[in-house]
Amino acid sequence: MSKVFIILQANEETRSIVEAIEQDNPDAEVVHEPAMVKVQAEGHLVVRRETIEEEIGREFDMQELNINLITLSGNVDEDEDALTLTWNS
Amino acid sequence: MDIKKTPKKLNVKEKYRLMTRDLAWEPSYRDEKEIYPYVDYEGIKVHDWSKWEDPFRLTMDAYWKYQAEKERKYYAIIDAHAQNNGHLNVTDARYLTAIKLFLQSISPAEYASHRGFARVGREFAGVGPQVACQMQSIDEIRHAQTQVHAMSNYNKFYNGFKDFANQRDRIWYTSVARSFFDDAMSAGPFEFLIAIGFSFEYVLTNLLFVPFMSGAAYNGDMATCTFGFSAQSDEARHMTLGLECIKFMLEQDPDNIPIVQKWIDKWFWRGCRLLTLVAAMMDYMLPKRVMSWREAWNIYGVENGNALFRDLARYGIKPPMHWDDVEKSIDHTSHQIMLGLYQWKFGTAFHSWTPTASDIEWLKEKYPTTFEKYYLPRWEYAIAQKENGGEYNNFGLPKLCQTCQLPCLFTEPDDPTQLAHRETEYEGEKYHFCSDGCQHVFEQEPEKYVQAWLPMPSLMQEPLKGDLAAWMEWASLEPTASGEYANSEDKANFEKWRKQVSTD
Ligand SMILES: [Fe+2]
Ligand SMILES: [Fe+2]
Repeated sequence: MSKVFIILQANEETRSIVEAIEQDNPDAEVVHEPAMVKVQAEGHLVVRRETIEEEIGREFDMQELNINLITLSGNVDEDEDALTLTWNS
Repeated sequence: MDIKKTPKKLNVKEKYRLMTRDLAWEPSYRDEKEIYPYVDYEGIKVHDWSKWEDPFRLTMDAYWKYQAEKERKYYAIIDAHAQNNGHLNVTDARYLTAIKLFLQSISPAEYASHRGFARVGREFAGVGPQVACQMQSIDEIRHAQTQVHAMSNYNKFYNGFKDFANQRDRIWYTSVARSFFDDAMSAGPFEFLIAIGFSFEYVLTNLLFVPFMSGAAYNGDMATCTFGFSAQSDEARHMTLGLECIKFMLEQDPDNIPIVQKWIDKWFWRGCRLLTLVAAMMDYMLPKRVMSWREAWNIYGVENGNALFRDLARYGIKPPMHWDDVEKSIDHTSHQIMLGLYQWKFGTAFHSWTPTASDIEWLKEKYPTTFEKYYLPRWEYAIAQKENGGEYNNFGLPKLCQTCQLPCLFTEPDDPTQLAHRETEYEGEKYHFCSDGCQHVFEQEPEKYVQAWLPMPSLMQEPLKGDLAAWMEWASLEPTASGEYANSEDKANFEKWRKQVSTD
């Protein structure tokens, strides 16, 4: 199995986003590096709008992720409710 | 009575369809071939352009909104940096070498990328890639501009920044990045996308931006860190475009597979050669290091690259041809490049130095099988020369590789004591290469690479005919911007200004 990951800038907004990702992906591993935070998991990772909204305390548009996104790995699929990352092998 | 419900907000998929797909039309009085004359000649077969979809489904309205937000965040920090003497917050002025190298070779590459995507956005026959390429083209010019803007603050105080645009075309090590992008821009639209969108963005950009920007933050350079992350926030979209484009080509027709494989082989190798400069930057130029080149390669090269090529194996795509040679070189390249830059430091528009005692300890720890054995003795030789009042310089000119344009300074993959050198004769002329990888690239398209402009041969031709001083003037290689860091104006000024600030 291969690892997918998403890396975000480390700031106030992404603190809630990372907490939401951790809730939705109990097996994900969070790595803190200077100015950035990486969340990785085996094969599959999902980022859900509803969980983020609960954590951040306001409405959230999935495309807002763009602002703080540094990089990612895996096949991407995004709609208004979730962003998923997957490797097929 | 019917109460009219407020219309439901469009979902992302509908919106993408309406604001991207529906922008296209069927031509009525010109045929497709006339409108898109360049989509066929590379041999890539496309049966259905509508199969290409941006997985982020970003539409133009959302694009402007989020890009504007990124710019606002960026300029807030740039202004604060300029107002508060941000340049004095960096660890020490050695760090400036890393960002000079970045400005001289990478920022112009952003601009080249902008031009390339503008072109292929016009040349592709499907509206999905047209829109995605246009967005990327605008992203790339934003990257070039924000980088130049961020560095202009340093240009007020330090040497080596001012003539980056000319230097991109004239200095020997900047021609490495230039030739990479010129090669891509003079290829067909599909090859361009494999070169830049896939190989560079997807496979390699993480190795450039992520550790570099983290390194900038760690070394107190908020301006660079900010433009880096601001640019990098577009990168996820670019990488995704790169991956989508390759899947699209592979799914459209099985005849595309061998063509795509050839491009992957070529551009992976060319990209890895270009990144040897980044390797030197990470291992030698950051006063405080985040991770070694080896560590970055393990994460973003090996782990991520393997995941990607395992995924692409279902199409019959194999890992790049010279992968093993790259892997064997990782513990060597940064040392070889840095020793090269140091010995030719009279011809670089940045300063270099011999590693300090603590640098040496770090390098020993990070490269336990190579540094002490092969490279420390050479650094010790240079250090001893300084201690005896001399300076280690090599006033000979390097022999450049016809493909990657780096000096032929790399060793054989299986023998680090033996310099690698390859030669090919083509139409009565001899061409030199640093490696099997570069020789292979040349031999696939010799008629292209014989036209490459190389700085060293051009120095020997009309009108300079070997006049080194005239060449240095032409390339804006001023003595104040070159040579040993310890003797530089940059070091003296930085220390003086920092003292003033801290005693105020
Ligand atoms: Fe860029
Ligand atoms: Fe080469």
